[in-house]
Amino acid sequence: MPISLVSPLTQNALAALRAGDSVLLSGVVYTARDAAHARLCQALAAGQSLPVDLRGQTVFYAGPTPTPPGKASGAIGPTTSVRMDPYTPPLLDYGVCAIIGKGERGQAVKDSFVANSAVYFAAVAGCAAYMASCIRNVEVVAYDDLGTESIKRLTVENLPLTVAIDVVGGDFYTQGRALYLQSQKQRSFSE
Amino acid sequence: MELPRIISSEQITDSIARLCIESCTVLPSPVATLLRDADAIEPFEPARDVLSLIRKNAAIAAEGRVPICQDTGMAVVFAEVGQDVRITGDTLENAVNAGVARGYTDGYLRKSIVRDPLRRENTGDNTPAVLHVRLVPGDRLTLTVSPKGFGSENMSRLAMLTPADGLAGVKHFVLETVRLAGANPCPPIMLGVGIGGTFEHVALLAKEALVDMREGAHPDPFYDALERELLADINALGIGPQGFGGLTTALSVRIKAAPTHIAGLPVAVNVGCHVTRHASETI
Repeated sequence: MPISLVSPLTQNALAALRAGDSVLLSGVVYTARDAAHARLCQALAAGQSLPVDLRGQTVFYAGPTPTPPGKASGAIGPTTSVRMDPYTPPLLDYGVCAIIGKGERGQAVKDSFVANSAVYFAAVAGCAAYMASCIRNVEVVAYDDLGTESIKRLTVENLPLTVAIDVVGGDFYTQGRALYLQSQKQRSFSE
Repeated sequence: MELPRIISSEQITDSIARLCIESCTVLPSPVATLLRDADAIEPFEPARDVLSLIRKNAAIAAEGRVPICQDTGMAVVFAEVGQDVRITGDTLENAVNAGVARGYTDGYLRKSIVRDPLRRENTGDNTPAVLHVRLVPGDRLTLTVSPKGFGSENMSRLAMLTPADGLAGVKHFVLETVRLAGANPCPPIMLGVGIGGTFEHVALLAKEALVDMREGAHPDPFYDALERELLADINALGIGPQGFGGLTTALSVRIKAAPTHIAGLPVAVNVGCHVTRHASETI
């Protein structure tokens, strides 16, 4: 059974999650991808305050399609997380406590998740029409000039996620594959 | 003397606009078939859950005319222009770009193109397209739009191997590409492999192989066997849908080969996800 959670997430809720857990996330998340990350980290490096207070918040690596009239959101889904690797440790150190994306992270980023007791969720990629139905509201809150890459505050309901990296460093990209390969080995033994 | 057949640039623009929207919202039926077949033999339950969500998403997208993926890509356009066609009005290139701008705007598709790779200002209408033109016999014009997402495009690779590297070298390069890509290109992936030609030609061969929607075997039994062998080897890696383990790392491997130089063995692997989009019209 998936675990239902509400964002902003509490430290206790984050600490209880383990790699491989299925989660249905509701509440508020903020989109930010390549261009927004570059600006956020430039501001942090210059000691400036960010245009949105992201401390304790969840960041979703996503750039949705434009919202058609009469709909709550355009198509939406995760973009490849590894491109945000250079920006992730500074943002976690700043106070972002959960990230939604897709794909493996580098070792320095995994270490940063552990050091900050933060969690990395994976959303299923290539399911943007389905995921749009989990979005209740989209509002641009910063960097409007970046178009799809602006920072948007999303209100989400039951967004299906998998815990990819947990607070103790468990990584489901390695664990899931190991589980599968082991299950195949057992299958071929029993045949 | 035979007169050329007249096709107006407006007809081309209308067609491209339609194809942009159709390709971004309706999964090609050969891909839907590959997904159904993969779902039927996937032994790992979490992997089957992902495949079933992907198939459900495709149905929602087609029914509601919603993009299958939020990355509606860079518009790669193939134009096969009959030698007996004369285009009136604007140039082919302008007509195609006007169609992309209209399709991406009217269809509420994402604008993902920056004018300059280093200065990175968004063009605002997803133009320009990447246009490949080929002159063919006849008096027709066939347009194909294949919007390419960059999660998978970024994982593509090219190598100038040597004749001594041979078949083993090509196989190794393809598998290494998939292993390095891991979960990044949103598996289950589709692979287009180009072999031969020159440096720039082999990349185009790989792209053409990727968007080749043929159902059934490669016409050359040698390459048919190689496609099957590579697919089996890739699906033994265990990466699985979304990279969380499973049999279905790849749905298909398509190869396109061309004559090459005595000194060379170029190989290119164009990686696509299951959202390998493709829509065509003939005018």
